[in-house]
Amino acid sequence: MDIVIVLIKVVLALVWFLVLTLYLTWLERKESAVIQDRIGANRASIFGIRILGLFQPFADAIKMIFKEDFVPAFSKKFLHTLAPFLSFFFVAICISAMPFGNDIQLGGRTISLQIFDGNVGLLFVLAMLSLGIYGILLSGWASNNRYSLLGGIRGAAQLISYEVALGLSLVGLIMVFPSLKLSEIVQSQGGLLFGFLPKWGVFLQPLGFIIFLFAALAETKRVPFDLPEGESEIIGFFTEYGGLKWGLFMMTDFMEIIIVSTLLTTLFFGGWQVPWLCADGFQFPWGGQWQLARWLVIVLQVLAFNIKVFFFCWLQILIRWTYPRFRYDQLMDLGWKLLVPLSLVNIVATGLLLMVIK
Amino acid sequence: MVKALGYFWELIKGSLITARHFVVNMWFHTLKLFGIKTKRRGAVTIQYPEQKKALASRHRSLQRLLKRQDLKPRCVSCMLCVTVCPSECIYVEAAEDPDPDIQKYPSTFIIDLSRCCFCGFCVEACPEDAIRMDTEKIDLAQSTRQDLIYDLDKLLK
Repeated sequence: MDIVIVLIKVVLALVWFLVLTLYLTWLERKESAVIQDRIGANRASIFGIRILGLFQPFADAIKMIFKEDFVPAFSKKFLHTLAPFLSFFFVAICISAMPFGNDIQLGGRTISLQIFDGNVGLLFVLAMLSLGIYGILLSGWASNNRYSLLGGIRGAAQLISYEVALGLSLVGLIMVFPSLKLSEIVQSQGGLLFGFLPKWGVFLQPLGFIIFLFAALAETKRVPFDLPEGESEIIGFFTEYGGLKWGLFMMTDFMEIIIVSTLLTTLFFGGWQVPWLCADGFQFPWGGQWQLARWLVIVLQVLAFNIKVFFFCWLQILIRWTYPRFRYDQLMDLGWKLLVPLSLVNIVATGLLLMVIK
Repeated sequence: MVKALGYFWELIKGSLITARHFVVNMWFHTLKLFGIKTKRRGAVTIQYPEQKKALASRHRSLQRLLKRQDLKPRCVSCMLCVTVCPSECIYVEAAEDPDPDIQKYPSTFIIDLSRCCFCGFCVEACPEDAIRMDTEKIDLAQSTRQDLIYDLDKLLK
């Protein structure tokens, strides 16, 4: 029975993840269009019905599936094929550690809305995100094309440098919520600060949040930090890919956006916590109370998680359509000379503050 | 490090501009979705095949030949348009007209649109005002080359 429950959770989480990924491609087109006073893709239709181009992702997917699966003769075939799958797998597995909601009681058993609630959940996600480098590096190397190789090396250099800032920016947060278990981090964000402010990570670790946001944006390899791809100069590590394999790389990008959004939500914006919502309803700091049914509370919490994730997806797409690309030295400057020292400052300051309080 | 911090304010300003565009345009899109008419639109796009922009009066579109009162072409086969055409897409064959005042009429008048560059020199050159480019027809693409060759019948239509 436990296995069935886990399987159901896996399927639901993957469906949520992939559907959101599909529709992020749509959102990216539409949002960029709205930002630039255009309309965006709205022609894809089924029997003449086109609701705002919502069928566009399916049209794209069908096109990609029916393209020729081409492997260049000069490439290293096994690695060339392996790379996109590695890239995809290491991102897709991250969703397993994300808490979607509070535990629910169903038929006498407690089910956590999370597939894998390990003691090292946070480290697991960071490790899997880092392993994604292998996909990029392998694709660059196995393509046997010098531009692809340049892209792959750039990607590896960028991701490794920003991995440092990413990890260090979270140390302060782990000191505040003393746990690496994502569900516990979310639980401990349920309290109140000064009696009215929700005790979210962003209020306890504002500097950590900003550093994490920048480092995480660099991890997604999208425009302000898209040195590995570099459309206008080297076209990037997936030059020699086409059809569905290229599609896997593209989907990996969008899935990384979602993973980064879920991480931002879980760590800094209280995960599924709704401000002032307790297990049996709202308890406002000014004294009011609003009783809610148990199931309604859970629905609200899952909804809150989703809304926060959508907001951060929106924000990342906005950022992608606002800024031009960093030059390579600027990128390294930002990483090593600004984000890493700042995150070290953050750790020291957090430690001192915690010592003073205790 | 200080220099990089200086960029920070500019970064925020930039994202506020795009965010403002997003919010304002989404507001007008939403109003339109609920059928509320506004002066401004959410997007500047004109969705071409369904919506068409009015062409300027001087716009040069598909050529046409004009007729006299008696429905014969006004053209007198003076060959000025053939001479002036930079892409050599006009072919005219003259024939004798029984009317001594007119003397010549075109027995064939062919414009090869696959060569035409829509410069409008033929219209400028014509002494009889027999050819004009004011049909406002601009969707001229065809699937065969033969369909792009416009003869006297097609041009007089």
